[in-house]
Amino acid sequence: MATLAVDNRFNEFGTMSFTSVTRVNDFIGYLQQGRIMGSRCKKCGISFFPPRADCCHSLDSDMEWFEVKGTGKLLSFSTLRFGPTGFTQGLPYTIAVLDYGDYKIFGRIESSISEAELHIGMEMKTCPHRLTGGHVDYVFQKT
Amino acid sequence: MGKVGIIGVGQSRFVRAYPGSIREMVFESFKEAIGDAKIAGKDIDATVVCSAPEYDRQRSPAGVLVEYLGLNPQPTFNVETLCSSGTTGIRAAYSLVKSGLHDIVAVLGFQKTSEITAADSQERMGRGADIQWESPFGTTMPAYFAMFARGHMEKYGTTMEDMTRVRIKASTYGVLNEKAMIRKVLTINDFNAPASRLGAIHSSPLRVGDCCKNADGSSCIILANEEKSKAMSEKPVWILGLGSASASVNMAGRETFYSFHSAKEAAKKAYKMAGVQPGDIDVAEVHDGFTIAEIMAYEDLGFARPGDGPGLIASKETYKEGKIPVNVDGGILSKGHPIAATGGSQVRAIVLQLRGESGDFQVKDPALGLVHNVGGAGLYTNVIILGRE
Ligand SMILES: [Zn+2]
Repeated sequence: MATLAVDNRFNEFGTMSFTSVTRVNDFIGYLQQGRIMGSRCKKCGISFFPPRADCCHSLDSDMEWFEVKGTGKLLSFSTLRFGPTGFTQGLPYTIAVLDYGDYKIFGRIESSISEAELHIGMEMKTCPHRLTGGHVDYVFQKT
Repeated sequence: MGKVGIIGVGQSRFVRAYPGSIREMVFESFKEAIGDAKIAGKDIDATVVCSAPEYDRQRSPAGVLVEYLGLNPQPTFNVETLCSSGTTGIRAAYSLVKSGLHDIVAVLGFQKTSEITAADSQERMGRGADIQWESPFGTTMPAYFAMFARGHMEKYGTTMEDMTRVRIKASTYGVLNEKAMIRKVLTINDFNAPASRLGAIHSSPLRVGDCCKNADGSSCIILANEEKSKAMSEKPVWILGLGSASASVNMAGRETFYSFHSAKEAAKKAYKMAGVQPGDIDVAEVHDGFTIAEIMAYEDLGFARPGDGPGLIASKETYKEGKIPVNVDGGILSKGHPIAATGGSQVRAIVLQLRGESGDFQVKDPALGLVHNVGGAGLYTNVIILGRE
């Protein structure tokens, strides 16, 4: 009997992933193709980022993917000089949140951007980003 | 149904590395609380054990602890809400007593953080956030709080000097607290001197000195129904209000980065239940795991208007002689932060204040006290209001 293949694509998310199987694993598939996707409830029309498989308003699971486009406002950020286990090689790095209006995105600022270039309220865009070992995530870049 | 009182409190000395096992560390605060309450272990009908299990090698520590403390066959269970686990345990114990299910319940909070490295600790605490969508970016608690510090600075013009003042106040009282881990008076020079360790950036804008240190320690709080409280205790302290709330685990779900919505919600509920206002509070313990967290707590609890938190510390109104003394036992910044033992330590501090037993850091004749205990970066908040009457 053939073993059922496990879709564990979420292992590829970020420097180190702590999740392997999720019903939004297609997020990784899209990201590998260079597209950053959120999910939208077909019933309520509510857009979610990070994407979710189920809507907490209607408890409906009929979701569609939408592509994150345009720019978001930088809400806050912090540059880490001390990192957790597994991330200390990449120090310093900057985490941040962008506000796209209908949803917000948490992630990292692109590593070549210095802290001095950042200020709350500036417009930034979210871009796909490749890491070593076939891993993927996204970074915030200047517009 | 009558009131619920606190009849005994205990705390181990918080230290960097406790030279013993978790059962021995918990024994210290348990023994103190039992002695304080002047009861015997057999009087305890149930225990609630609080620990953030990522730190424990022991699975299901509740069973191990009650056996060591001689509390079999009474029931026990574990609760966890990260750094606010201790007050979540008190919330659970309150319900057990208030419902009439048990007469006397002990809440045991502990954490032994020293058995893992600082980087491992950062990783575990960072995983107290959204492991699916945020941890892959390398998140830590200091960095999350730093985002709120940056947001508060942007929104209200808060400065690093404002945050320094919080740490200096903590050190003023930490030196007086024999159970505190860090007992050294700090001045602004400790932050501003060239090559200062405390002034070095940890996670911008927060500096090393803005962040608390992990510690090993335990706390024990014994709750009893009204009848037993009055019969057994000369000075029972009553639980008048309990408020608790949660917020989005993912930072993408937060509305603002200058306040904790969970804290505002929890405070509103606690004040309503107790029938009191922020201005009625005589002494408070707030969750100062980071300096900015104390400033936000002033505002979220209504001790200061939004944006006026820095002014409250600058005018020294949160010192012992001020209009609302806060963390006059040294707070988490001085005591150290043994995650799930912290809430019990805060409650103990307020109980001792209300009994007039706080020694060198006793506030003048307080009648109402408040505890504010935050789990994660505002993910959970518990607010407890305690009174003499
Ligand atoms: Zn829906």
